Amino acid sequence: MGKHDFGYFFHEGLSNMFSHGFMSFAAIGITVACLLIMGTFTLVAVNANALLQDLEQENEILAYVDDSYTEEQAKALQSKLEAVPNVASAKFISKEEAMESFAEQYPDESLFQDLDPEIFRDRFAIKITDLHQLSQTAEQVKAVSGIAKVNAYEEIAGGFITVRNVATVVCVALIAILFVVSVFIISNTIKLTTFDRREEIAIMRMVGATNGFIRWPFVYEGFLLGFLSAAIAFFLQWGLYAAVAQGVDTNDTLQLIHIIPFQQLWPAVAGIFAAAGIVIGVGGSLSAIRKFLQV
Amino acid sequence: MIRLKDVEMEYDNGTRAIKGITLTIEDGEFVFLVGPSGSGKSTIIKLLTGEVEPCAGRIMINGFSVSNISERQIPLMRRTLGVIFQDFRLIEKKTVYDNLSFVMRAVGASPKEIQKRIPYVLNLVGLSKKSNSYPTELSGGEQQRVAIARALVNNPNTIIADEPTGNLDPERSLELMNLLVKINELGTTVVVVTHEKDLVDHFGKRVVTIDSGHVINDSVGGYVGGHIHG
Repeated sequence: MGKHDFGYFFHEGLSNMFSHGFMSFAAIGITVACLLIMGTFTLVAVNANALLQDLEQENEILAYVDDSYTEEQAKALQSKLEAVPNVASAKFISKEEAMESFAEQYPDESLFQDLDPEIFRDRFAIKITDLHQLSQTAEQVKAVSGIAKVNAYEEIAGGFITVRNVATVVCVALIAILFVVSVFIISNTIKLTTFDRREEIAIMRMVGATNGFIRWPFVYEGFLLGFLSAAIAFFLQWGLYAAVAQGVDTNDTLQLIHIIPFQQLWPAVAGIFAAAGIVIGVGGSLSAIRKFLQV
Repeated sequence: MIRLKDVEMEYDNGTRAIKGITLTIEDGEFVFLVGPSGSGKSTIIKLLTGEVEPCAGRIMINGFSVSNISERQIPLMRRTLGVIFQDFRLIEKKTVYDNLSFVMRAVGASPKEIQKRIPYVLNLVGLSKKSNSYPTELSGGEQQRVAIARALVNNPNTIIADEPTGNLDPERSLELMNLLVKINELGTTVVVVTHEKDLVDHFGKRVVTIDSGHVINDSVGGYVGGHIHG
């Protein structure tokens, strides 16, 4: 056997695929379902992760300084706060700055425009490095002498961490199960083809065809089944993602959640789907013909 | 050339099919392999095509040592052989032309070589006009001639025919055997396994008689020995 006869193998693989239309349809269906579930959970995990990173960047612990401290004494706490583990930076905000910031948040409320700065406290806006350690860091900040109170949005951060962790665990478990199921279905589809063509294969072996030559059409069949599944799953995933993103964007109660646009994700999704589809398809076909060719 | 030296073969179920056969078939010979059912004829065919391995002894076929052949070399050895079966084994959903082209493709022939070779071989077996027919549209004799064309199409050194006339009437059997003799005269070694005594006697070729896994007679001219049953 000389060069790889791509045209011949592709034609034979395609013809094999159509010779068992229903099984091929079932194989594609289950692989699409596998890829969609895998893709959906992965995208949820990716979005949860992005939200966590946003929170890590934006979320601040507000550490309020004891009223008895003068501004100079309060500023002096900065070095102590920055020495706390997991604290990235601590920015001093005076009572006046806090009042201005507060007034800016409510420009239409005249009641808030003429407040006395003395009702505010000097404070530090503290950014942290690792959101997982938020509550521990908040406790350590609170323990610094001169800090009267700490505000940390632990519940929100905790919620996103839970979502990400659940999505990751479910994703890994489902991928493993559905991957095995998909490989099994594709393998059985190709076994049917090999059974259908057993006489042809026996003749090919008898006239001196190499195992490679006999194997390639089935590998192409698996490849085509996997690739077609990946293409269908990609477009379904796109539609599903767009619909969910629109739903979240238009929902007032979910304003905090920012969905990554699919335009940013599609090359990765397409690449992963294509790779997974091809691995499932080719893996299934190799598993189907491995034993067959030993006869 | 085919050479078997002290070959023994025992199946997994304990059946000793071949018990020390030594046999040489020179290039260009025409040999009938005859014997009763269960005598070991089919096992010899399987040994020659590499379907089973001998338990002892040596087998050489067209320059390949089948006794210790590597898996990679088996296809190369098989390309020197053309095998014809009693039940034809044609692919029903392929035309006559496609039945031949797919076996040429299987050994890496180019489309150009295929287009040139198939009309020549079909002409040789007298089926030029049946190129586009499907096997089910042909008579038994025509189907067996397609099988012969398929065995010939890759230009093997040796044709091995396992009961090629088993499904044919006497007239078609004689026609087919004449065709194999013609192919032999063109230089191809031909080994025919048969139980048809009349045919064997008609052609007066070398006859090797097998019984109970032994060669009991090897002579030219016709069948010598007891009864022959398929």
